[in-house]
Formats: sequence, structure tokens, C-alpha cells
Amino acid sequence: MTYIAKPAVRHPSLRTNDLGLDMRDYEGTISTLCAGCGHDSVTAAVIQAFYELSIPPHRIAKMSGIGCSAKTPAYFVNEAHGFNGVHGRMPALATGANAANKDLYYIGISGDGDSLSIGLGQFCHAIRRNVNMLYVLENNGVYGLTKGQFSASADVGSRSKRGVPNKSEPIDPVALALTLGATFVARGFSGDKQQLLPLLKAGLMHKGFAFIDVISPCVTFNDHVGSTKSYLYTRHHGHELVPVDFVPIRSEISASYEKGSRTSITMHDGSMVRFRKVPEDYDPTDRLSAYEHYRSLQNRGEVVTGLLYLDPGGEDMHDDNATTPTPLAELSHEDLCPGSEQMDALMEEFR
Amino acid sequence: MQPTDVGNPDYYHKVVDCQWGCPAHTNVPEYIRLIANGRYTDSFWLNRSSNVFPGILGRTCDRPCEPACRRTRVDGKPVAICRLKRVAADLRDPTDNRLPEIPVVKNGKRIALVGCGPASLTVCNDLMPLGYECTIFEALPRSGGLMRTNIPAFRLPVEVLEEEIDMILDMGVEIHYNTRIESMKELLEEGYDAVFVGTGAPKGKELNISGRQEAADNIHIGIEWLESVHFGHVDSIGERVLVIGVGNTAMDCCRSSKRLGGIDIKVMARKSRPYFKASPWELEDAEEELVEIVENYSPKRFVLEDGRLVGMEFELVSWHEDEESGRLKATVHGTEFIPCDDVILAIGQDNAFPWIERDIGIEFNHWDMPEVDRTTFMTTREGIFVGGDAAWGPENIIWAVEHGHQAAISIHNYCQGLSLTEDRPPQDHNLISAKMGMHEWAYSNDYNPSPRQKMKHVELVRRFQELSIEVEMGFDPEQTAREVERCLNCDIQTHFEAKLCIECDACIDICPVHCLTIAVNGDEEDLRERLMAPAENLTQDLMVSEGLPQTGRVMVKDEDLCVHCGLCAERCPTAAWDMRKFELMIPYAGQEAACPTHV
Repeated sequence: MTYIAKPAVRHPSLRTNDLGLDMRDYEGTISTLCAGCGHDSVTAAVIQAFYELSIPPHRIAKMSGIGCSAKTPAYFVNEAHGFNGVHGRMPALATGANAANKDLYYIGISGDGDSLSIGLGQFCHAIRRNVNMLYVLENNGVYGLTKGQFSASADVGSRSKRGVPNKSEPIDPVALALTLGATFVARGFSGDKQQLLPLLKAGLMHKGFAFIDVISPCVTFNDHVGSTKSYLYTRHHGHELVPVDFVPIRSEISASYEKGSRTSITMHDGSMVRFRKVPEDYDPTDRLSAYEHYRSLQNRGEVVTGLLYLDPGGEDMHDDNATTPTPLAELSHEDLCPGSEQMDALMEEFR
Repeated sequence: MQPTDVGNPDYYHKVVDCQWGCPAHTNVPEYIRLIANGRYTDSFWLNRSSNVFPGILGRTCDRPCEPACRRTRVDGKPVAICRLKRVAADLRDPTDNRLPEIPVVKNGKRIALVGCGPASLTVCNDLMPLGYECTIFEALPRSGGLMRTNIPAFRLPVEVLEEEIDMILDMGVEIHYNTRIESMKELLEEGYDAVFVGTGAPKGKELNISGRQEAADNIHIGIEWLESVHFGHVDSIGERVLVIGVGNTAMDCCRSSKRLGGIDIKVMARKSRPYFKASPWELEDAEEELVEIVENYSPKRFVLEDGRLVGMEFELVSWHEDEESGRLKATVHGTEFIPCDDVILAIGQDNAFPWIERDIGIEFNHWDMPEVDRTTFMTTREGIFVGGDAAWGPENIIWAVEHGHQAAISIHNYCQGLSLTEDRPPQDHNLISAKMGMHEWAYSNDYNPSPRQKMKHVELVRRFQELSIEVEMGFDPEQTAREVERCLNCDIQTHFEAKLCIECDACIDICPVHCLTIAVNGDEEDLRERLMAPAENLTQDLMVSEGLPQTGRVMVKDEDLCVHCGLCAERCPTAAWDMRKFELMIPYAGQEAACPTHV
């Protein structure tokens, strides 16, 4: 492909964030995905989220496996750390990296193939361990890189580009994450950045495993009539159940909200998720209530979006395992390798 | 907002800032691309189709295109449009002649033209191919009007001037030199079918202060003095010269003085630099020649000793805005004497029509100027037309050319019994996709960050040894290659078809200057604030689409900073965006609007 690079000219009104960086400082290399791919919109929203949160690029770690989705970390925050691993193994890599340096912001980008087929076990265990990361699943219902076979998230009755309907039951990542105990479960749509952006920001600031399933249409293999993951289908069947705003820690809260009611939830760092609209008899901090609501709407054929469940408890893998307060990566050599005498003493304990 | 009507030629034309800004609507981006492809001859003829004098204008144009150039808003400096025109004129194949054939059998209509400047010449250029017999009456012994007499040879070589004028005169124009028309009445009695007045603004303004009459020998009127220099009647000046006024004529006067023996040359300005009338580049060129430009000195009187001019007295002034009228008011802080040997007055020009009788049906207004219709260029007497500086006072060459084109349309319609207004052929436009392949376009779509190329000048010493040597050396091939790539190809339009859009946001995400937004429609003021980047430049339009099929929102494009990189179209999965080459079709006398590139 003979792409030109995105011209370096900037709009003079671009504002800088607290670090003195503008949004274009958070860009990556130019995308080689198909024109119109939903993943590129997710990338744009991720760029904006990091920029607006003023996260220093060198404190970000981008993790991915294999697939169209796995290419996308190359397209945002060039100055971040990154690891592109084997197919479906991103959760293990992220877990390992997080164990070594818990102070970075981890963002894992995966797809329906990477997470729900070859990497399903990995995905489940990352949830179970409550790794402090934002896990974005770019969900398009097909294997785009191998020319559009149904993936594990394809709905029953959804038709392929050639018109063949899918007969296998889908694995629903949102239902899975809710049942497995994820502490932050949301769904967004690449065609609606207004909704996606606060979800990404809240997910990045959430302590623990934050999961966002993003319906991200495949323009080449799954954007036709009969598809249930197309732009048009998602727009027509989308149901924004729990729209939220993300209120960073330093901003003044001007909108009215009643204390104790479920209009807002304070995150572990003091920033806040404010619910713009929550149905009566629904409590997004009650897993069972969230699950019931989700399932009942799903049975009516609706694509439920929004921040569906949030546990602001603020614990993660490191708390569960009582690791050192200092990240392992920052410990001195002496502390990390205290010598053979200490090793022998440790071994003695198990005799 | 209502959906934008891109079918109106004006909409896309306005996006091509340079072409919109040019009075003659020269197709700038296209001629720059032709230069980039080494097609200098094609570029020259494309230029000539609208502006008639590419070689002359490539050196002397007042360049209304350059302040308008989008590149200025993107990186601070416009594309060197004017000097690229000169490249085309300099490097064209001189044997390649694409002038129209002149009919041997004439159409029987005779046109008289008074004055042989750019306006009259353009009228002849447009009418001769239609079979008209054109007769020019010129008071001076040479052609060209102020282009020749007021622009010194070190800015415009005589060969360049004559070559382009001769292209027109050689069409068979009858020209009478040394023939000053003294009476319009008598001219009309000769039975011409139409008369065109292109006499310019030939009268330099006077400065009637104390000592003017007594020191007349050493006080010169700028444009008359430049004319005398051109014809060799004046070949020297005193060592210390004061030039009064700070317009472009003053710049030519001070630089000419330098070449005629002047050593200490001061340009005396009443106001400060932001109010100067001279183009910034002409000021720079004068200062490069060590001319001193003195601000806030208001002439008070000429000082004589023993009947001879020895200097001038000035009031030192400062300026402030009057709160009520908003006009500038001067405060005087004292006076100062500045010695000099000669003074040149360059404080403006007036029109003068002592030769037009006031009782022949031509109405004159209270400035003693003939009433001229802004569209038809006809006076209140049918069959008499006025254009160039003669119409509404001093402008510049490119305006005179456009006046000539419009007057020629009127003269043709008048002679053929057509209406001057209703039968005026309208402008039209053509739109062709520039798509050549997956990611290939028929233009260089990548943004080139090169800075504006600096024109090289002949070294100072040589300039004052060889008086008529052209100061500007023109762009060399490397400079040309860099400068052409700075053009943003604003004529390659981002064309949008709402019905194809699936609202995937790909175009919005890729746009380097955040000029695209999909938004819920609103009125303009509201929309301008809700875009990806606020659209604060109110001189630039918003393009608003029809409602989009999936959500009914609209696509909005702020035209202000688009660099026409084409990435929106490359990233569009449904070809809702396409890059399309816009060509303005301009009508000329006796011709419907057509694309000059296809001629």
C-alpha cells in the first residue's frame, strides 16, 4: 500500500493537556487496516482518552496478541511501551508485565477471535486474577484476517457475506465477564465515540480488571444486510442502558446528584463515574441485577451498551497477593536477589 | 444549516482561495502542477488564457492571490504563486504558439481604444480573434502604458514586456503612437462602433505647500519622473533625495534614484509601517538597496536658499485613533529640517478627463469621474466603455486585465445587438474525480513541509553598475521543485455524497487538521462551535451535507485549514468522500464558459 503518512500539520486551536502535549502527540503510525474499519475509531477514542487523562506516554503499556485488533496498538501512542505476543496469549503477557511493574497503565487490545476462541482460557483467568488493566475487545463477529469466517461471537442467524446463516451459539463476552467476576464491565460501539470515550477513561482509571466489549464492525466482511454486527444493525438495535460521564479527580462537580443514590460512583483515586440515566430497579453495582437486566434486554434482540457493572472496591491482583508496595521493576538488585543465604533460609522454611 | 449547494460554481471556487482572490481568476493550482510536471509551456498558456501577461505579471503583479493562499494559514507563508508564474514564462518553449487565428475577413465592426495599457490590450486580445478591427490611440511613442513607463527595467526587462504586448499587437491591431486624443467628440465623429477608454490614472498628485513653486526645478512628480527616466530624458539626480509617499510608486522612485547617482535616499512616510501602501516585498527590496524609510514625518514646507532647494521641513507626528470617528488623528511633536538636493512626490495618482466633453451624454460624478457600470463597464452613453485605472482610480495590472475581459464581453454583445446584462455568459464549472487507483491520486497529495523559497537577487554592486539589470534572478530548478510542492492543491475538492456514508468516522479520525465532524444539525453559529476544532475563521465556509442515512446527522467540513491530502477519501470505505478536480469555466467575449486546460 502506498499510504502517505498523516501530514504533520496541526490545527492552531489544538489545546495541550496538563503535560503540555496535544492530542496528536498521542498518535501512532498510520493504520494499515481496511478503510472504514471500526478498530480505527476505537484507536481514535483511545488516543483521545489518554490525551484527556494527561497520562504520560512512557507510563503506558500496550499489549496485544494476533488479529486485526492486535495490530491497533501500533496506531496509538508511539512513545508507549508495547508487546505484541502470540495468538490469544495477551492476558498472560499483561499479567506478567503487571506483576513486574504495577505502576504502568496497561491497555490490552484483543478481538473476538483472540479472546473468545484461541484465548478464551487466558481471558477468563485474567478476569479471575483481577489484573489491573483495561481490556478492550474489538468485537466484529468474524475472522477478518482469514477472510470473514464466523467467529465465536457471531449470533445465531447472522448471515455471512455469502448469505450463509450462522448456527452455533455465540460466546457473549459481556455475560462471561459478568459471571466470572470482572470488576468493571461495559459495552461500547465504535460508531459512537461520545459514549465510548468516557467508558475508556473510566476503564483506564478503574483499579482492577476493566473490560469493555466494543462492537467494531468489519467493513470488508461483516457490514452487510443480515449481519448483526454491522454499523446499521448496531445503530438500529443499540440500547444505551447506562450512559455515563467520567469526571476526573480535579474537576469541580457542578451537576446535581443526590448523595447515596446511584447517580455516581467514586473511583479509588477520587475521580468519579456519573450515571446520566439508570433504569429504575437496576443497580449497576449489583452483579445479579446487572446480569438480569442485561439478559432480559438481550433476549429482546437489543444490543445493550453502557457501563453495565462496576465494583469500585479498588482491589486487584497485587492486593490479593500482598506484593511489595514498590513495583518489582523498581526494586534494587540487592532486594530482588538477596543472595544464596536468603534462598537457603527460605528453602529451610519448607523442610 | 441548509445543505451546501456544491453545484453552484462559486462554492468550490471559493475554496480555491488564490483563484477566488485573483481578479482574473487564474487557475493557480493547475498551472503550478503543470510547472511541477515540467510542462512550462502548457502552464504559460493556461496563465495567458486568463491573465494575458504571465511574464509581466510574474514579475510585477500585486499578488492578491498570495495573502489569500491557504498555505499562509497553515504554515505562515503563502506559496510563491507570482514568481512561479515567472518560471513558466521564462522556461516555456517560445516557438510553441497557441494564439488563436485571426480571421482574414473582418466582421465589419470597428473599435477605437484610447491608451495602450493592459486594459486596452486585453480588449484587443479578446476581440481580434472574433474579427473586430481594433484601433489604439497612444499619446506616447511606445506601447504598454504604465507597465512600461512606471515600472523600471530592473524590475521588468523591456524584452519581456514587448514580447507579451507584441503577441496582441501582432494580431493586426492598428496603433497610432504619439497621438493624444484631445476630444472625445471628434473621436466619435469618426464612426467607430464602440470606444474603449483605457487611459489609466495618469496624473500624479501635487503637494501644495510653501516653496513648491519656487523650488519646482528640483521637485519631481513620481510617475512623470519615472516616465522621463524610461525615455532617457532624465539620467541623473542629486546625491540626497527625499521621496515623499510610501506606495509602490515611491519604491520604484527611490530605487531608480539609487541608480541615477542618488546616494542618501530617504522615503518619508507620514504614518507608521502598518499603514504603508507599498507591498511588503517591495519595501524589503528597497531597504535591501540601503534606502532609508522614515516613519511619522509629515511634510511642512520646502526650504530654499538663494532660490535653490536645500531641504524640507517636516512635522514629527504620532497617530491615534479618534474614538468618535475611528479615523487616525495626528499629534505634532515638533519640526525637523532634513537637507536634500531633490524631492520626488509619490503620493498618489488621479484620473484626468479634460478631453471628454461634458455634453455628449457621458455623466460625470462628483469626483469628476465618468459613471461606469460595475458589470458592463459602459458609461451612460451607449457604446462608450471604460476600464483599468481610468474606471475607478488606481488599482493594478491584474485588475486592468479583468476589466478588459469584461469590457470585451460587453463590447461584443453591444456590437452584436445582444443585451449587456442578460446575455452575459455565466461562469460554469467542471468536476472530475482525481482517483487513479487504491491510494493513487492525479496530484501530489502528500504535505510537503518545505518553507517558502527565497528569491535570489543580483548582488548590490552589479545592480548599480548595470542600471537595467533585472534584480530578481528567478527561481532555480531546485527552488522551483520545492516551491511547487508547497501548493496544497485546493482545487482538488473533497466531494461528499451523503447517501453513501455509513458514519464509520474513518475520515474524521484520519483528518490531520480536524476539519471534519459528524454532528446533529444546527444553525451556523452553533455548528461552528461544536466541531472537532472550532471554526473561527468566518471568511471560510462550512460545507454541510444532507442528512446521513443511518442517523440523520450531517457531515460538516470546515474549509479553513484543509490541506487537501485526500486521506478522508483514502480512508472512506464507501467512496462517500472523493477527491475531485474543480475547474472553473470562465466565459470570454463571444465564448461560452469553457475549461482552458482543454483548449
